[in-house]
Amino acid sequence: MLRRKLIATTALFATFMVASVLRAQTTAPQRAVAATDQKAAPAPRHDISGTWDPGNNGIQPLGPRNMPEDGKPEHQVPYTPLGLEVLNTHKPSNGVRSVLPGETNDPVVYCDPQGMPREDLYELRTTQILQTPLNVYILYEFGRIWRVVWTDGREVPKDPEPRWFGYSIGKWEDDYTFVVETSGIDERTWVDRAGRPHSADLRVEEKFHRVDRDTLELTVTINDPKMYTKPWVALDKLAFKRQPPNFDVREMICSPSEFAEYNKIIGNPASGKGTQ
Amino acid sequence: MRNKFIAMFLCVLFVSVPLFAHHGSAAIDTSKKLALKGIVTEWFWANPHCFLKFDVKDDKGKVVHWAAETSNPSDMVNLGWSSQSFKPGDEVTVTVEPVKNGLPIGRVDQVQLANGQILKGRVVF
Repeated sequence: MLRRKLIATTALFATFMVASVLRAQTTAPQRAVAATDQKAAPAPRHDISGTWDPGNNGIQPLGPRNMPEDGKPEHQVPYTPLGLEVLNTHKPSNGVRSVLPGETNDPVVYCDPQGMPREDLYELRTTQILQTPLNVYILYEFGRIWRVVWTDGREVPKDPEPRWFGYSIGKWEDDYTFVVETSGIDERTWVDRAGRPHSADLRVEEKFHRVDRDTLELTVTINDPKMYTKPWVALDKLAFKRQPPNFDVREMICSPSEFAEYNKIIGNPASGKGTQ
Repeated sequence: MRNKFIAMFLCVLFVSVPLFAHHGSAAIDTSKKLALKGIVTEWFWANPHCFLKFDVKDDKGKVVHWAAETSNPSDMVNLGWSSQSFKPGDEVTVTVEPVKNGLPIGRVDQVQLANGQILKGRVVF
C-alpha cells in the first residue's frame, strides 16, 4: 500500500517537474487583458494615467476607425479641391487606392515618424499616460515614441518650427475629460493610413474621457480649412481598457534594415522589381 | 459641379473594389490557397512583416525556395505566435495565398506544425 503511494507520488512529482520545464521553455509574450463584464469602479478625478490597450480597434488598416476609406458615402471625407489633389499624390500600400508594395510613397512604410494625428489613427496599440504637475506624457508602442502635452497654461508658439508630432497643450474640460490641442505639425505626415492630407494649418483636437476606473475613451477631430471644407471626426470614443501596472509593453519599431530585408525577400519580387 | 462629378466617380470606383486586409493585397492572388509541405530554413521575426522561408520539393523532386509573409510581430503575438515558433529544420505545412506573378512568394493563411498544431495567420478586426 505504502509502496503504491510512493510510486504514485513520485510519478506525480516527476510529471510536475517536466511540465514546469516545458512551460518555462514555451512561455508566451505577455498579452493585453481583455475587457470583462464586471461593473467597474468609478473614475478618479483629473486622472487619465495608466497603461491603456485599445485591442485590435486601434490598428485601423483602412484609415481612422470612424472614417475609414472604404467607399461608403458616410465615410467620404469633405475634401476641398486642394485636399483631393494632394490626396491623389499619396500612394498607400493598403486599402482601396493601394499600389504594389514596391510602389508606395507612404512615409511610415519607409520608417519616417507617424507624427500627429496618425500616431492615434494607425497602429494605435498599448498606450501609457503619465501625468506630472506641468505636463502629460503619452507613450506609444508603435515607434516607441512619446508626446508631451503642456498643462501649464502656455499657448502654442506663433509661427512654430514644424514638428512631426506638433505642439500640444491640454486642459481639463471637466473632472473626467482632458482636451488636447495640437498644431505646428510638419506637412510631410499623412493624417492616416489611407493617405488623407493636411496643411501646416492643421489643428487636431483630442478628448480623453475617463469613463470609469478601467475605461478611457478617445475622440479625435481634424480641422484643416485648406484641405477640408469642415472639421471631421476621425475617432469617436475609441475605448481603451486599463492594463495592470506591471504590464510590459512590446517594442514595435520600424527598422530600415529590417524593411530592406523584407523588400529583398518579399516586397520587391512581389511587385516585379527583381527576384529573391 | 465638376467636383461633385469627380467625387461621385471616385465613390463608384471605391464601392466596386473589395475590402483589403491590414497589409495590402494588391500583389496577392486571394482566390488561391496552396498547401505546401516543406522544411523551414529561416523564421524572420520583424517589422513590417514576419516571414517564413521554407524549402518545398515539387513533384519532380526539385527544391523550390518559398518565402511567405505574416503580419507584424505585435499582431502575431496576439495570435499566439512568437519569435520561437519555428527553427530551421522544422517540418511544416504552410497554407499560402501566392503572389499574382507566379514567384514562390505569398502570404501565410496558416501553418501546421509536425505535431499537428495549427497556427492561424489572420488578424480579425
